[in-house]
Amino acid sequence: MSQYSLNINGITRQVEVPSETPLLWVLRDNLDLPGTKFGCGVGNCGACTVHINGVPTRSCMTPVSTVGRKKVVTIEGLHPQGAHPLQTAWQELDVPQCGYCQTGQIMTAAALLQENPNPTDAEIDDAMSGNLCRCATYLRIRAGIHRAAEIAEKKGKV
Amino acid sequence: MKPVQDRVTATKGINRRAFLSRSAMGGGLLLGFSLDTASAADAIDKPISAADTTGFKPNAFISISEQGVVTLVSKQPEIGQGIKTSLPMVIAEELEVDWKDVRVVQADLDPVYGRQSAGGSTSTPTNYDNFLRLGATARTMLIQAAAQTWAVPVAECIAANTAVHHLPSKRSLHYGKLVVKAAQLAVPSANAVKLKDPKNYKLLGSWVGGVDNLALVTGMPLFGIDVRLPGMLYAVFEKCPVFGAKVLGVNLDAIKALPGVRDAFIIEGTANLNGLMPGVAIVAESTWAAFSARRQLKVNWDEGQAVKVSWDSFVAQAKTLASQPGTTQLRKDGDPATAFATAVKTVQADYSYPFISHASIEPQNCTAWYRDGAFEIWAPTQNPAAGQNLVSSTLGVPNEKITVHMTRSGGGFGRRLSADYVVEAAAIAKRVNAPVKLTWSREDDLRHDHFRAGGFHHLRGALDKAGKLTAWHNHFITFANRVTRDGQSILQPGSGANLSGDEFPGRWVANCLLEQTAMECAIPMGPWRAPGSNVFAWVFHSFIDELAHAAGRDPLEFRLELLGNKDVVPGTGERDEPYNVARMRHVLTEVAQKADWGRKKFVRGQGQGIAFHFSHRGYIAEVAEVTVSKAGKLKVDRVVVVSDIGSQIVNLSGAENQVQGSVIDGLGTMMFAELDIQRGGIVQSNFTDYPMIGFPDAPARIDVHFLKTNQPVTGLGEPALPPLAPAVCNAIFAAIGKRVRQLPLSRVDLSWS
Repeated sequence: MSQYSLNINGITRQVEVPSETPLLWVLRDNLDLPGTKFGCGVGNCGACTVHINGVPTRSCMTPVSTVGRKKVVTIEGLHPQGAHPLQTAWQELDVPQCGYCQTGQIMTAAALLQENPNPTDAEIDDAMSGNLCRCATYLRIRAGIHRAAEIAEKKGKV
Repeated sequence: MKPVQDRVTATKGINRRAFLSRSAMGGGLLLGFSLDTASAADAIDKPISAADTTGFKPNAFISISEQGVVTLVSKQPEIGQGIKTSLPMVIAEELEVDWKDVRVVQADLDPVYGRQSAGGSTSTPTNYDNFLRLGATARTMLIQAAAQTWAVPVAECIAANTAVHHLPSKRSLHYGKLVVKAAQLAVPSANAVKLKDPKNYKLLGSWVGGVDNLALVTGMPLFGIDVRLPGMLYAVFEKCPVFGAKVLGVNLDAIKALPGVRDAFIIEGTANLNGLMPGVAIVAESTWAAFSARRQLKVNWDEGQAVKVSWDSFVAQAKTLASQPGTTQLRKDGDPATAFATAVKTVQADYSYPFISHASIEPQNCTAWYRDGAFEIWAPTQNPAAGQNLVSSTLGVPNEKITVHMTRSGGGFGRRLSADYVVEAAAIAKRVNAPVKLTWSREDDLRHDHFRAGGFHHLRGALDKAGKLTAWHNHFITFANRVTRDGQSILQPGSGANLSGDEFPGRWVANCLLEQTAMECAIPMGPWRAPGSNVFAWVFHSFIDELAHAAGRDPLEFRLELLGNKDVVPGTGERDEPYNVARMRHVLTEVAQKADWGRKKFVRGQGQGIAFHFSHRGYIAEVAEVTVSKAGKLKVDRVVVVSDIGSQIVNLSGAENQVQGSVIDGLGTMMFAELDIQRGGIVQSNFTDYPMIGFPDAPARIDVHFLKTNQPVTGLGEPALPPLAPAVCNAIFAAIGKRVRQLPLSRVDLSWS
């Protein structure tokens, strides 16, 4: 067991866990942040996506020992009021079916919009290709990203 | 969403709204609901449930508080089909409440709610009429309460927008002001209350977002895997890849000595392939401690005879069986032998498809707590009663001592109608003096599914000189488990692996022979979204397309002739349903029109395909437009879907989402889904070798149309899936002249020059 001081959603959190523990399970079991989901455990489905220093990262493949003081943002910290343009667009367009993968979808999409505020369908497909949706809400996710881009443009920033 | 001031209140704000206003979960999950900034106590004392809300409660589904909060109970399991939004909408319509005043709470398993299973797309058709009456009953009482308050005739009062209005005097009373009086009135007979004229519906048929959406997009705990209880421990359960293998020995002492591990033990299991299978449980202080300890397990398995089984051996066996008559004759009409002997043209083809997994994105999990001889269970389930029954029969605890809380499920697709993971959690919890959450790995989930069975169809069709289908013969080689029923050992085909003699075109072809032979296997099988239909539609509508082309006829025109002019074709057996041909002709001609069938011109490499299917009370036809590159890469450009699922779409948003999801699910399954079986177990392990469809392969466009017909309102979780695969494969044939007779498509070379 090792002691880690993590920067999660702008707050410093202390945990004592084995060094190889994936960040996913630290978030879920130790820090009560269940919005980051377990889907495959091998970085293949994207349900566990968080931002580490702004980069969308598979938390199931990220040992806690490699995080250091980097800034981790989870879905719970994406926007202080839960009103990121993507979160607003997802509700407007009723994107989810079961909804399990959607936090990971939103985290990947948020990083995309940060880089590319107005992506094309092809750019969306490319950026989102590692996020699976078993209910296959892909058309609404695409539409949701376009809608979020619109909302962000009106607000002046993502 | 209202802005809130800071991070701490923000989480509490979301927390409250998510759980109180829209989506409170049943029972004890709320005990564990906590965020880093919200105390558990804060969550515990706030949830509203129908049981503890004071006010007007005319039935188990509705309560209205003096503050005017309308709480509706969602009785059915929510698995992504949207039922937690749509069924409460049905009550709200007749209750005349503003949707924004409604809070929805998830029911536990309780006989007061009637049947609570989400399977077979039945939630809507079996509850719709009752739910209208539930709402109308409460509305009738509220109007009566207002009329009494004002001392005016009931006939002068109307209900609208969560209030009763007296038009002559322009007075209004909000429902909250009426609940005390309404609660004292006798509840009228549900059959006596007057229902609204559907043309006056305000909510039904409109576009309504899911009640859990805010909680979903902000990462609030809703799913089984999110359950967290004080003192909870975390478990894994190792089963042998060979189905039914027993544990001979295991290094339990070494496992128990690992960090964070509290206990490890063997569970003997039972012989029920869909029940509690033998294995080794590890109970630990965290999910990761349990997962890590599992890697150190050394189990000596008694693999038994099952280890000799492989997919290749089944393929060889099926080939041998195909040359023999079927063991079961499902249907024989006319004189097929003579019809084939005198045919102008005979077409023969073999179709096959593999075993596949459900792969719901939330791996199976369940939390169980055994105290004082009773179980409390939190399960992402489509069928909570099945869990209660299986736990009771396996572990010897009476049903009344098993409480089942339903959580939201991260996908179902039929997988969570089974309760194997529930009984596993219970069996582990019975040995542990604490609540225990069992979490399956993705590998467990893929390899220990209750699979959609593979199958082999050997088809022949006869055409006369007019190009009319005169005879149809199918020998279906399928899979069955050996089970004991009423003391008899019988072979029982897997769910969806049993062909009905009435499956189209049975009943339509004058000379028809349908045979079936089951191969015995010890592989657990279960219902997979639109069981049977999900493959039969592909096989039969692909072969019908072959026949149409062999006859030199347009595939739509050939199908319309085959359907014929009768409006209804009755079922043959007691259980088989009548087939409303008029409804099918209607959706078929509509889809053709909307897709410009026969009018649109395509270059080589592009084409249109058409198919239809009746299942789960729904009549659906689809046209797919595809592009196949010379290198053989398929792109589905557009799918047009026309559905007749009755007189009323409940939630337009949910309905469109289900159709589009079904289309893409059907496409991904057709393109990629395949399990291999070697040494008695599944070869694939994760999404790395069992790929799922992603963004790049999703069609650019899926047009969804609903016909409004004078028919009962039915469900939409399944029936839009079956016609997709044949529509796409028929389009591939139109594009490049290659017929797909084996799934998945990744096995088929579609290159052309």
